[in-house]
Amino acid sequence: MSKRDKILFWGGFGVIFALLFVSPFVLPPFWQRFLTEILIWGLLAMSSDILIGYTGMVSFGHSAFFGLGMYGAAAALLMVRPANLLLALACGLIAAAAVAAVVAYFSTRLRDIYFAITTLIFSQIFYVFIFTSTEITGGENGLAFRRPEFGIPGLWSVPFTNEMLHWFVLAVVAGSYLILRRIMHSPFGMVLQSIRENEPRTRAIGYAVERYKIAAVMLSGLFAGLAGVLYALQNKFAAPDFVFFLISGETIIYNVMGGIGTLVGPVVGAAAFLLLREFMGRLFGDTFPYLIPLGFIFIAIIIFLPQGLLGFMRRWLNK
Amino acid sequence: MSVFSFVQNFPWELFLIQTLNGVVTGMILALIASGLTLIFGIMDVVNFAHGELFMLGAYVGVVVLAGSGSFWLALILATALVGIFGAAMQIVTLRPLIGRDPLTTILATFGVSLILQNYALWQFGPVARKISEPITGQFSLFYLEYPYYRLLIAGLSAAIIGGFWLFLKYGKYGIWIRATTQDRVMAQAMGIPVPWVHTAAFAIGAAMAAASGVLFAPLVAVNHTMGLNWVLKAFIVVVVGGMGSLGGSIAAAIFVSLLEAYASIWVSPSQAVIVSFVVLIFTLLFRPTGLFVPTPK
Repeated sequence: MSKRDKILFWGGFGVIFALLFVSPFVLPPFWQRFLTEILIWGLLAMSSDILIGYTGMVSFGHSAFFGLGMYGAAAALLMVRPANLLLALACGLIAAAAVAAVVAYFSTRLRDIYFAITTLIFSQIFYVFIFTSTEITGGENGLAFRRPEFGIPGLWSVPFTNEMLHWFVLAVVAGSYLILRRIMHSPFGMVLQSIRENEPRTRAIGYAVERYKIAAVMLSGLFAGLAGVLYALQNKFAAPDFVFFLISGETIIYNVMGGIGTLVGPVVGAAAFLLLREFMGRLFGDTFPYLIPLGFIFIAIIIFLPQGLLGFMRRWLNK
Repeated sequence: MSVFSFVQNFPWELFLIQTLNGVVTGMILALIASGLTLIFGIMDVVNFAHGELFMLGAYVGVVVLAGSGSFWLALILATALVGIFGAAMQIVTLRPLIGRDPLTTILATFGVSLILQNYALWQFGPVARKISEPITGQFSLFYLEYPYYRLLIAGLSAAIIGGFWLFLKYGKYGIWIRATTQDRVMAQAMGIPVPWVHTAAFAIGAAMAAASGVLFAPLVAVNHTMGLNWVLKAFIVVVVGGMGSLGGSIAAAIFVSLLEAYASIWVSPSQAVIVSFVVLIFTLLFRPTGLFVPTPK
C-alpha cells in the first residue's frame, strides 16, 4: 500500500466511523435502531466473507454460529445474577466457538458443494435440537432476558441505553473489521487466499490445507457468534428462528450483493438488503413478500454483477 | 435389561408397519433424489430449488384438483407445467452461468428457491392445503387400517423411476443424456446439442420432483415450507448414495427412510430427522464417495 492509499484508506475509514458515531444524535430512534441492526448483520456477513470471499468455501450454516452466540449470551444473562456483560460476551463466544470447532472438524474434509450441504445440515441439527429441547431453550418461544449494565462489574457501570448499545456495536464491528483485515493480510490470510485460488497447488507447496481450513471456519464462526451476542443484546431475546437456515441464506445474499472478498462489501450488502426490504414494506404494506423482488435482484447480481456492489474496490481494499 | 426381555418387549407390529411406511416414503424420496442426481450428474449443478419444485408441483396439483376434481389430471398437468417451468428456469438462470464457478449455480438456484417459496406463501397463505386421496380403500394390518393409496404411491414412484431408467438406457435422447454426463466436450463433438440436453435434463428432473409432490400431497399437508425439509433429505440421499449415481440414490433413499421410520418408534418424528443427518456425517467421514456405489479405483 502506497502512502497515498494509506491516507485515503484511513481517511475514508475515519470519516465513515465518525458519521456512524454521531448518527444517534441526528437520527430518529427508529433509524438509529435500524442502523445498529445493519451493523450487526454486517458483522455476521463479514464473518462469512472469510469463508466465501477469502477461502472460497460457501457456508450455508452460519445461522448455527450466530444462533449459538445468542443462546450462549442468553444463558449467561439468565443464570448469573447480577447480569454481566462481559460474561455474556464470553459465554456467547465460547458457545459459538465450540459449535464452530465441531462443524469445522467434519465439514472441512469436503469441498465446494459438499461443504455447503454439510454446513447446512449441521445448522439444521442445531436448529432441531434447540427447537425440540423446550426445557432448556424455551423451544419455539425462545428465551427473553434483560440487557445487562454496561461497564466493568464492581468498578464502574452505566445503564445500557440504545445509544450506548449503538456505540458499543460500532466499536465491536469496526474493531472486528480491522482485526479481520489484519488477519487476511497476514501470512495466514495469504494461505487462505491461495487455497481459494488453487487448492492442490497450495497443498503441493507444503501447507496443511485442512488445518488452515479448520482455522478459517473457526475464525468465521467466532465472529458470527460475536454478531449473535450483539443481536441478543439489542433485542433482549434468543429465538430458534435465528438458528434457522433462512438466516444463513440471507447472510449469503448480503455477501453476494455487497461484494465478496472485501470484508466491508458484506456490510454494504446488508445495508442495501435491509433498506430495500424496509422501503418495500413501507411502499406495499407489511405483508408484501419482499423476498420475491429481492430474489430477482439477487439472481441478476449473480449473473450480471458477480463482483457485487463494492467489487470495483476489491483490489484496492485488499492492498 | 436382558436381550430376552428386549426381544419380548420389542414392538414387532409397529416395526413392520414402520417398515412399510419407510419403504413408501423411501420411494417418494427416491423419485425426488433421482431428479436431483440427474441434474447434478449431467451439469454439476446442485439444484437448491429442487424442494421448491416439489412444493410447486404439490400446489399446482391442489389448484388443478380444486378446478377439475380429477387427481390423475392434476398429476399429469402438474408434472408437465413444472417441467416447462424447470426448462425456463434453466435457460434464464443457469445457462448464463455455464463456465463459471459451480458455486454460483448453488447461489442462483438458492435465489430461485427463495422466490418460489415466498410466492407460494404470498399466493396461498400460510395455511396448509390438503389433497384428498384418489383411492380410499384400506386393508387391515395388525391394529391399523392401512390405506391402499400408500402402496399405490410406492408402485407409481417405482414405475416412474423404472420408466426413466429404461429411457436413459435405451431411448435415443436418454443415450444423449448419458453421453453428455460422461463427456460434455466429446458429446458436443459428436453432434449432440449439449445445451439443449442440459435444459431437457433439468426439465425432466423438475417434472419428477413435481410428480412426487402431487403423489405425496395426500399424506402430508401442502404448505410453503415443505420444500426445504424434502430438499435436505434429498441432498442427504444423493450424497449418501453417491453423487450422480441413480441406483445409489434409490438404495440410499430407502435406507435413510427406513432408518428414520424405525427411529420414530422411539423418539418424536421431528427428532428422528437427526438420524439421517448422522448417517450423512458418518458417510462423509468414512466413505465420502457414497455408501451404495462401488469403491472408485
